[in-house]
Parts: sequence; structure tokens; C-alpha cells
Amino acid sequence: MADEIKIKVNGRTWPVAASPDTPLLYVLANELELKGPRFGCGLAQCGSCSVLADGVEIRSCVTPVAAVADKSLTTLEGLAALYAQQKGLAQAPALHPLQQAFIDEQAPQCGYCYNGMLIKGAELLAQNPRPTEAQIRAHMNGHLCRCGTYPRVMKAIQLASTKMTGAAR
Amino acid sequence: MTDTDTLCFSRRDLLKGGGALVIGFSIAGSPPAAAARGDVAGPPDPNAIDSWIAVHADNTATVYLGKGEFGQGNTTGLLQIAGEELDLDMSQLRWVQLDTNVTPNQGATTSSSSIHRGGPQVRAAAAEARQALLALASTRLGVQTGSLTVSKGVVSIDGHPTRSVTYGALLGDKPFNVKFTGTAPQKPINRYKLVGTSVPRVDIPDKASGTYVHMQHVRVPDMLHGRVVRPRGQRAYGAGAKPLSIDASSIADIPSARIVRKGDFVAVVAEREWDAVKAARALKVTWQESPPLPENLFDSMRAAKTTDTVIADWGDASSAFAQAAHVASWTYRCPYQSHAPFAANCALADVGPNGALVMSSTQDIYNSRDMLAQVLGLPVDKVRVQYHEGSGTFGRSCYEDAAQGAAVMSQAVGKPVRVQFTRSDELGWDDYGPAHLADVRAGIDASGKLIAYEYHGWQHGWMVNETTHELVLLTPPTERTTGAGSIPVNRMSTGSMYAVANRRVVSHAVPMVGYLKGAPLRSPLDLSFAFASEQTIDELAFMATIDPLEFRRNNIGDARWLGVLNAAAAAAGWKPKVAASALSDAAVVTGRGIALGTHHVSYGAAVADIEVDRRTGNIVATHVYGALDAGQVINPGLVENQIVGQAIQATSRVLKEEVTFDNSGVTSLDWVSYPVLRFAEHPQVTAVVVQRLDEPSTGAGEEVMGATAGAIANAFFDATGVRLRQYPMTPERVKAALAAKT
Repeated sequence: MADEIKIKVNGRTWPVAASPDTPLLYVLANELELKGPRFGCGLAQCGSCSVLADGVEIRSCVTPVAAVADKSLTTLEGLAALYAQQKGLAQAPALHPLQQAFIDEQAPQCGYCYNGMLIKGAELLAQNPRPTEAQIRAHMNGHLCRCGTYPRVMKAIQLASTKMTGAAR
Repeated sequence: MTDTDTLCFSRRDLLKGGGALVIGFSIAGSPPAAAARGDVAGPPDPNAIDSWIAVHADNTATVYLGKGEFGQGNTTGLLQIAGEELDLDMSQLRWVQLDTNVTPNQGATTSSSSIHRGGPQVRAAAAEARQALLALASTRLGVQTGSLTVSKGVVSIDGHPTRSVTYGALLGDKPFNVKFTGTAPQKPINRYKLVGTSVPRVDIPDKASGTYVHMQHVRVPDMLHGRVVRPRGQRAYGAGAKPLSIDASSIADIPSARIVRKGDFVAVVAEREWDAVKAARALKVTWQESPPLPENLFDSMRAAKTTDTVIADWGDASSAFAQAAHVASWTYRCPYQSHAPFAANCALADVGPNGALVMSSTQDIYNSRDMLAQVLGLPVDKVRVQYHEGSGTFGRSCYEDAAQGAAVMSQAVGKPVRVQFTRSDELGWDDYGPAHLADVRAGIDASGKLIAYEYHGWQHGWMVNETTHELVLLTPPTERTTGAGSIPVNRMSTGSMYAVANRRVVSHAVPMVGYLKGAPLRSPLDLSFAFASEQTIDELAFMATIDPLEFRRNNIGDARWLGVLNAAAAAAGWKPKVAASALSDAAVVTGRGIALGTHHVSYGAAVADIEVDRRTGNIVATHVYGALDAGQVINPGLVENQIVGQAIQATSRVLKEEVTFDNSGVTSLDWVSYPVLRFAEHPQVTAVVVQRLDEPSTGAGEEVMGATAGAIANAFFDATGVRLRQYPMTPERVKAALAAKT
């Protein structure tokens, strides 16, 4: 039954009213009223709906909600808390260092792709704290931006990497 | 349906966005006796300062901007202008979203006009508000206004800083009741503190934190989800999309879904979004056959019965060619391209018998309101339009179509309806940037001086109405081929940057019926004009065996064109060299090109470095140096970001983007069939802002587009010794061109 599905999002468990085949995105946007994951193409081609499932980026627009019932999901809203958990910090900062770097670099234009850019960029920095430019290009290649902000996203990821690894030393 | 209009309107007390956003608004069409801001249909009186600025008791001010934030940062720039005149800090300034009941009509947010045309209005309004506040302070403090100074909204007497009063204490949420005459003195440029500085953008913190409310995030109570139902990919314009039969049983297994039909407009509405998606996919509709699209686009355009307009005719170009030592004369072919906003458009409408509220990402709330009133059969003053930013639109993407679709669905079902276009709706039913065919001929004398220039361009025009409008009202195809709202060849983009005495530019307007729908796409057709014109200029430099930068310098008579050209060249560390004079047999060859670009007023230049893989035909742009002279730049950081965006988007458009179609319709319907530049492919960009504080501010969102396209095309010649006269410069076209040479 649909009402038996529960999902764990940003550390909290939510009952799901939608049918099991409903893409996760529609549950996050319409039932949980989250603003991080958002519709861009519905085809897993652009990355605007990205969330982390057990720390791994997935496309919520094509992932049936039933398929992630046993996963720990993190959306943009939970990125700072996830970072605190990964780093063993007592308290979560207001923003993930990558979010702060996007502000520092004045990176967004319309800002719509920034959910995916932040989710994917945070995934990269968790896996590889000091990525090279080539590694950033390869890792981020599934995330489109139409305003042309790729160069500033690149700088923001590099800035966050510097700050995060500097703080760890 | 259990819904009633009473319910519909009682629900309107609150609009809830996804999450914590709460927007208050009142019942459309029934203003109370003492109307508060927003209670009556706008636009607000442009001649009242109260329509532009409100001062609050906490010593902050709200500026009512009539230009929308689309990610270009114009909100920040306009607030800087207001803050400068009012002597307020950025932290003391607020703004509100565009709303036909609230914000002044500053015209459409198009043609990079926010700072260029909207800025002077905001500056004059703020100056007049300051003058009124100083008059109040003069009375309060008992001194002449000439003895007053203002800092951060605190007015004090010169030399007596403790004798002061705040704007908030003077006016605190009360109206100015002052006429906007435009005559108040404005601050001299040499006293600017905010203007000319790169203050951070006001919208970025919320965008980075994920709390920003895009149109796609807005939700209201009792809302239904709608999807339009059309053939996948538009067919030849004029054929419409006529449903011959609709099989309702095909969605019978989705109980909450219902079909909406009005005229030829077909849609589905459901309580849950996923049900609406499934119903739109499953609904079986038999569409009337349509006439085929042109088999050979460019031959068809050239053969069309065109309306011809001479755009420029200086000197005697025909005779001058006879005197030329070298003439370059070629044909260039430029594709249809899509606005392709990163997120498909979304809109939300709540329509009752007494009025309508429609939210969309429109570039012109007042024009949207007019068109919605026609579609709904309501008086204009019963329709209220509110703007929410979507993803970057770059011209008229499907926002009107989505808004009208939502309105028709809401009117039919008597509940608010949110319509999310799908990726294939957006790419398949866009009003595209039109295809362009150009014959360009130019000649130089023996010294390398341009003496003759001739440009003939063929393209069709732009949509007047919108697809939903036409389907609902069954209106005949409309198009402006000449005059205001049409798209002739732009005489600024076709050689105007060079001092050439004999110049002729002719526009051949192709009728749009039988082609694809058109609309303005960022820097409309300038990218095509620059691709054709700047390659022609480059070719002449090659014929004269002159370095292409030097050739341009020799032929430019205007200091600002020369300035922007030199700025790009200096940033790139340009080394003089005749193009294609260092060809290599390596598999991957490199090239560098330079070009100019404009839209109407500002000056753009670019240098591009590229690599060409001669085996695969793949081109990689490695570095673009873009320079822009847009007069007085309010916020250099914003303009740098615009230059970066233009360099990237133009790289995408010249290398990758093309709307494809077969006989029956458009086939580029997703990001695989309509590829755009990806993260791994992006060039490094060096942005150069040419600041000219003493010149009027002009647009900053278009000019580097054409310059980048021209520079990449010229870099390809430098790398290979071969010209590509058709874009996008895809691997297939590159390989074919290189093979033809050998």
C-alpha cells in the first residue's frame, strides 16, 4: 500500500501519500514542500532534481519513491548538517562551505541549476577533498547550466576545497 | 468537481509557496473604498513618487522596480542607483516582485534595458524622493535644505551631526504625496559611493541556501496540476494542432485526471502531479495532418516571396566593388536555436468569474495581462499578473504559453492550476530564434582599407500571439514582418563598427507560415550577423596579409569600438600574425580569432582560443577573452558575470545548438537531441569591463554573444586554413570541411 512507504530525508522520517511508482521529486516538492530539488527536465539529463542517497547523488525525477525507502536522503536543505556529520562537528554550520563559496564567488545567475551544482559539488568534495580541475570538470559534467556560470562554479568548488582542507589541517 | 467560485475566492487570503513563503493578496476586481497598495488593478500612477518608493519607520526603503530579476542581477544594480540618490546603504533597501497591481510599468525586461532605460527612471524617482525628504527635514530641523547632509538615511545639519533626524522618523510608512516631475537635482558622478562598485548581489544568498522561491516552487492550497497535450514537437507554423478525436478511455485508469479542451487547446488536470504527468503521456489524441516543413530550409528561404527593406544605403556600394583590390563574397547559414531555459517554464493560475490571478516568469507582466484577458474573455482590469523568477529565459521562451495554459485550465475546472511544461513541451513548442541566411560581400583597396560592404539577410519574424492563445481562440497566424516588433537585419551588427563609405544592408523578410515559430532569442540574430560579417572582415584581412587585429584597427573610426577591441586584445596578450600563417599537420591544432559584436548600443569584442581535433572534428574552446563597453557601469561585478555568461552561451550556440526537424515536426526535444555546452567543455573566460562613468549606461547582456561567435569562427580558420560558413560547427561539419580542402 502506498501509505506504508516512509522515506528518511535530512534525518527525519516522513510517511509518503503518493503511489510507489511516483518519482521521488514529486514527493519532495509537493508533500515535503522542499525547495532544493526541483524540476528541470524529468529525464535525468540536467541534474536540477539531484539529491544524495546515502551520500551518492541520484536524480529524483526518475527515481520511484519506493526505491529509496531504505536510504538516507539528503537534499540541499540538509547539506550543512550532512557536512557536520561527515566532519564530526558538534554543530552544523548555517551553510555547507560550498554554499558559502558560491556566495563568495557570486557564482549564480538565475540560480536554478544550483541545487544540482551544490549536491554534486558536495558529493565530490566529500569523496575527494582536493580535486584537480580535470577531476572537477569530469565529476560535474552531468550538470547543465544555461546561464553560463560554469567558470564561477569551478572557482567556487576550488575555493571550498581550499577552505575545507585548510580547516582540516 | 465540488469546487465553487465562492471557495475559489475565499481561498485567496493566502498563497503559500513551497515551504515558508506566504504572499498576501486581495480579491481581484473588488477594491475596497480606501485602496491599499495592491488592491486595485495597475499600473500604479507613474507620476506619483509613491508608486516608486516607500520609506518605512525602521529607516529602510522599498523600491518598486518594474524590471524583473532573471539572474542578470539588475535588481541589485537598480537598488544601487536608488541607494546612491537616497544616500541609503544596500542593507536599507528592499524590493518586491513584479505585480500588475503593485509595480510601475517600466516596460518589458528585454533588450538589456533594465539599467539602460529603467535605471534613469529609478534614479530620477529616488532623487525626487530625497528632495521631498530633505524638505521635511528642513522644516523639522529648522534650517535650509542646503545646510543638510544625509548618510545612511540620517539627515543632519552640516557641522552639527547630533542635530539629526532619520528618513524613517520623517515619513515612516506614510505616503510622500509628491508628484514625480523628473526635475529634482541628481547627485554628481564624482560623489558616487555605491554606483561603480561591485556590491554583492541581493538575490544570491537565498539562491545558494536554497530558500529562493522560483516560479516552479510556488504552491497554493487546493491546487491542481495541469499539463498541456500536443503533438511532440511543433509542426509547420500556421497548421496549428487540431485534435480530430480524443480518446478519454485512454486515461480512465487515472481517476483524478480530467481532460480540458477549449477550441483546439487540449490539456489534462489532476490532483496529484504524477497523475497529471501520466495522463498527459497516456491520453490518445488523433491530430490532423499538417503540411510538411521545408525539406531544404535555406533554399526555401531564398526562394520565398519576401518583403524587402533597405536597412542602410550609404555611398554607392555597387560601384565601389569595381575599385576593390580584394573582394570576399560568401553565403552563411545559421540555424534555428531554442531559448532552452534550464528549467522548463511553469505557471500558476487561479481564475474565477470575477477575476484571475496568474503567476509566471514573464518578461512583461502588463503585456501578459493583456493577452491573458483575451484568452480568458475577461476585462484587463480583472486580471492580475505576478512575476516569479524561473530559470534564465534569454528572450521569449514558453512562459506566456504556460501562463495562458494554466489560466485556461483553471477557468475550466474552477480551481487553481499549476502547469509545469515538460522538457519536450519547452524545446518542441518554443518560439525559436529564427534561422538566418546571409550573402555578405565586402571589398578593400590595395592598402587594406574597407571601401565597400553589402549584406543581404533572409529570416522570418516573430510570433505576435502565443500558441495557447491561437489554439484557444482559433486565431489565424500572425506575424510582424516589418516595422515595430519585426526582426529586420540589424544594421548595427552588419559592418557599422567599421568606417566604410559605401555600405548597403538589405533585409529580406520571409513569411513565417510554413516554417517554425519565431521570437527574440538573446541578442536576436546578432550572433548570426556576427558569424557572417566578422568572418568576411577576417577574410579580407587574410587576403591583404594583415594581422586581423591590425586590419580592424585600421578600419575603425570610432574611439569606443577601438577601445573595446584593444581591451579584448590586451587581455589576451594578442601577438600580431596573419591568420592561418602557422598551420600544423598535428592531429590537434590550435587557433586564435578576434571579432566585434553589438546589439543596438553597447560595444563588444572577443578573442577566442580553440583546439580542433582534425580526426574527430571536435572543437574545444579553451579560452574566451570578452570585453564590453556599456557606458557607465553601475556594478562591474554584475557586468563581468554577464560577459562570462555570454561567452559560455555563445560558445554553446556556435558549436553545438541547432533545432532539428523532419517533414512532420521538430525532433530536438531533450538535452540529447538539443545539446548545449556541458561543464567539461567550458572555456576559461577572462572578462574585461570597459568602464566609462561619463557615458550613459547601456545594455550589458548581449554584445559579447556575437563577438564570441565570430572569434571562434575566425579561430577555426586560423587553426585549419578552412572557413566554416555554417553553424553550429559540429564535428560532422568540421570533418566535411577539412575533407573538402584536401
